[in-house]
Amino acid sequence: MQLTVNGKTHQVDVEDEMPLLWVLRDVLGITGPKYGCGVAMCGACTVHVGGEPVRSCSLPAADVKADITTIEGLGTPEAMHVVQKAWIKHQVAQCGYCQSGQMMSAAALLRDNPNPSDDDIDQTMSGNLCRCGTYPRIRAAIRTAARELKGRAT
Amino acid sequence: MSRLGTIARRTFLIGSAAIAGGVAFGVYAYKREPENPLSRQLGDGQVALTPYVRIDQTGVTVITPRADVGQGVASVLAALVAEELDVAWNDIRIDFGPPSAAYYNGAVTAEGLPFAATNDGLIARQARVVGDAVSKFLSLQITGGSSTVPDAYEKMRVAGAVARDVLLQAAAKRTGIAKEELKTSNGSVITPRGEALSYASLAADAARIDPPRDVRLKPEAEWRYLGKTMQRIDIVAKSTGTATFGIDIKMPGMVYATVRTNPRIGGGIKSFDASAAEKSRGVIAIVPITGGVGVIADNTWRAFKAANLIKCDWGPSPYPPSSAAMFQTVAASFTAERQDSRLKDDGDAEAALQGAGVLEAEYKVPYLAHAPLEPMNAVVQLKDGRLDIWTGTQIPLFVVAMAAEVTGLRAENIHLHSQFSGGSFGRRLEHDYVRQAVELAKAHPGRPIKMTWTREEDMSHDFPRPLGMARMRGAVKDGKVEAYDLKLACPSVTASWFGRLGIPTFGPDTAIVAGAWDQPLRIPHYRVTGYRVPEMVPVSSWRSVGASGNGFLHDCFLDELIRAAGADPLKELIRLCWHEPSRKVLETVGEMSGWGSDPGKDRGRGIAFTLSFGVPVAEVVEVTNTPRGIKIDRVFVAADVGKVLDPENFENQVQGGVVWGLGHAINCELTYRDGVPEQTNFDAYETLRLYQTPVIEVRATDSGSAIRGIGEPPVPPAAPALANAIFAATGKRIRELPLSKHIDFV
Repeated sequence: MQLTVNGKTHQVDVEDEMPLLWVLRDVLGITGPKYGCGVAMCGACTVHVGGEPVRSCSLPAADVKADITTIEGLGTPEAMHVVQKAWIKHQVAQCGYCQSGQMMSAAALLRDNPNPSDDDIDQTMSGNLCRCGTYPRIRAAIRTAARELKGRAT
Repeated sequence: MSRLGTIARRTFLIGSAAIAGGVAFGVYAYKREPENPLSRQLGDGQVALTPYVRIDQTGVTVITPRADVGQGVASVLAALVAEELDVAWNDIRIDFGPPSAAYYNGAVTAEGLPFAATNDGLIARQARVVGDAVSKFLSLQITGGSSTVPDAYEKMRVAGAVARDVLLQAAAKRTGIAKEELKTSNGSVITPRGEALSYASLAADAARIDPPRDVRLKPEAEWRYLGKTMQRIDIVAKSTGTATFGIDIKMPGMVYATVRTNPRIGGGIKSFDASAAEKSRGVIAIVPITGGVGVIADNTWRAFKAANLIKCDWGPSPYPPSSAAMFQTVAASFTAERQDSRLKDDGDAEAALQGAGVLEAEYKVPYLAHAPLEPMNAVVQLKDGRLDIWTGTQIPLFVVAMAAEVTGLRAENIHLHSQFSGGSFGRRLEHDYVRQAVELAKAHPGRPIKMTWTREEDMSHDFPRPLGMARMRGAVKDGKVEAYDLKLACPSVTASWFGRLGIPTFGPDTAIVAGAWDQPLRIPHYRVTGYRVPEMVPVSSWRSVGASGNGFLHDCFLDELIRAAGADPLKELIRLCWHEPSRKVLETVGEMSGWGSDPGKDRGRGIAFTLSFGVPVAEVVEVTNTPRGIKIDRVFVAADVGKVLDPENFENQVQGGVVWGLGHAINCELTYRDGVPEQTNFDAYETLRLYQTPVIEVRATDSGSAIRGIGEPPVPPAAPALANAIFAATGKRIRELPLSKHIDFV
């Protein structure tokens, strides 16, 4: 089957039911999305498919009908997304393992809702688990990113 | 001046022929100095000026020989060296280094000694020196016990200062200018005329110079990095998906594996049928391993899928089959035969607790899983008599020794490449997962093998935080706490863990009573007794170890006594506390939280205090009793680590510790049915999520006393502060964790 990831198209020979996460990680070598639970409970594997955040550990490859963006496609160390910059400003990461998924969820939230309320943030981000407990900094970073986006818009 | 006569000596000299390949210096000694481990591993053009400093043409690399599992040690350790070496922060690179006795942790045994951290007496101090020697003797290169910073605080600054000194000497020799007239700036020696000689250009000469026996460390007032918020060295990589964890290692020709072993740990396997798995797409090999079976395939998911097709006939559980039976074993352990310690016995508790008016209670805490988000994994390659291992571990030398035993190779042919870990919380103090990977490599040599556990395998093969029970009695008099008799029963983490590593243990296990017996409180009749419960499920260190449960057990009943006395919890704790830094954190958290003011309708505040790992921490939790359940609004934390080395990392660690403590207190337990853990994924083992996370305000009250680590100490007071707040808001006293068994949360 054919998958387009971060703007690049790949031909892959995998089972229809193989989860997108493992196609990305083990077949294409894209390891930003992480394996945490395999049952869509932790959000570490979050990527965008057609712009929508999805848990790639539970999405069969055959069901992917749009382009995929992973954390590597959101921004790079040289050209970071506003969310990544905010994550650095607040030094959110501890172990960092969940943060790819956190940032993918946050980026989708801010694109749909550039001025989220605290409640919006709580609701949207509660699908992403962080065992280190960086939640206070995740909240702060999302608010910073939102302010940054607002500054750009005006 | 720092006494380098005993702690800083170069361990070897290197001839000019080898200088192209590199040089190293040593900073350690206990009679016999361990070899500088960098000497065997230097690449072309690399020079190692101490076991912690390697220099090549592209700059300076600091060896940070502790596992970075999220606590940020790589950055803090690099800052200690960089501060004295004088290197620009952005130019510093880090490397976890090879496993080596040179990197022993002299502070890790301190918490296990039967002396309270507040005990500054001669015998206690001498015991800590012996503890350092024992760590060295056992080559304990261990990350744990919040001991990284206490261990490294002087050692790594000295390493930086020694390296800078020989670089200055080399520059003096080359330029003919007296060393005293030379300065350093951001990785270069600067002459009085402003000429800059880079460290890289001087390193080979510096390596031939005998290191000084004494170096002067910078006074605090001159610090550039320490005491300030630094950008974490790993923060860009961890914010862009470019950080490589053990699970992300890629190697040419690599194959992928997973394993299944008996979830009744130690129960073994009688037989298995892999006929269906063998036919599954991508399967390369089915490999029997100790206690189970491994699958090697061409990707991880195919290995997982095939493993699910294997029919295993597991052996029976070697421990009680149910949680109820396990708690019965605990309850039956409050006996004279099983008494393990009575390290606190002030006044006469027995006499004070006669007659009417004695309060009694029983409390329980459950087994808990570590469940770091990165499931256990390792990449291994056995080829041409050499074994390479890429994994995150807190016990690198034990990993090498285990791999030598499994493969029959000599230790020098085993190369461990330590990796960043996606959390650990104590889980990577075990090496069971590495052993399995090595067994796979032995059966299937040649290509690199990446072995990854499923989440279910991870949670059902944890070495959990032990379950425990407390029986307590107390009495109050004239509005004050008069007597507190606390009996704590749980299995011994220390004996269980050292036993797996093949090291015998003697005497009482202070982990059974940690966070309870050693509290700086002056109660007239105050007794803490530990009872050792038979092991049952093998148990291990879990963030804050013994204090993780004992904070709840000790502080909640103390709150009951204070309430029974009609006293104010904060005021009474301050009155009982004899330790100045501890009193200060109590006063500070009172001020931060507005303690004493009306919390408002349906709201309540609870306070708890635990001194663990030498760090006094006081926490106030504020809750609202909503119609749908308890909402945690705010948490206030005051802690004293002596001196904060990085304020932002400190705050992040404290907040994380509070989230950890609250999340498990609310939601988590590991229960057993037929010897198998019933919670195997995050649907059934949910810690705090973002919507439940309160605002967490943090303040450090640096007393300037001995420097301490902050990874663990914020955890123990979180659960009791919450339970005490729930009592304040609802009048309901909950004596068992998780709290969600008794009350709802929103």
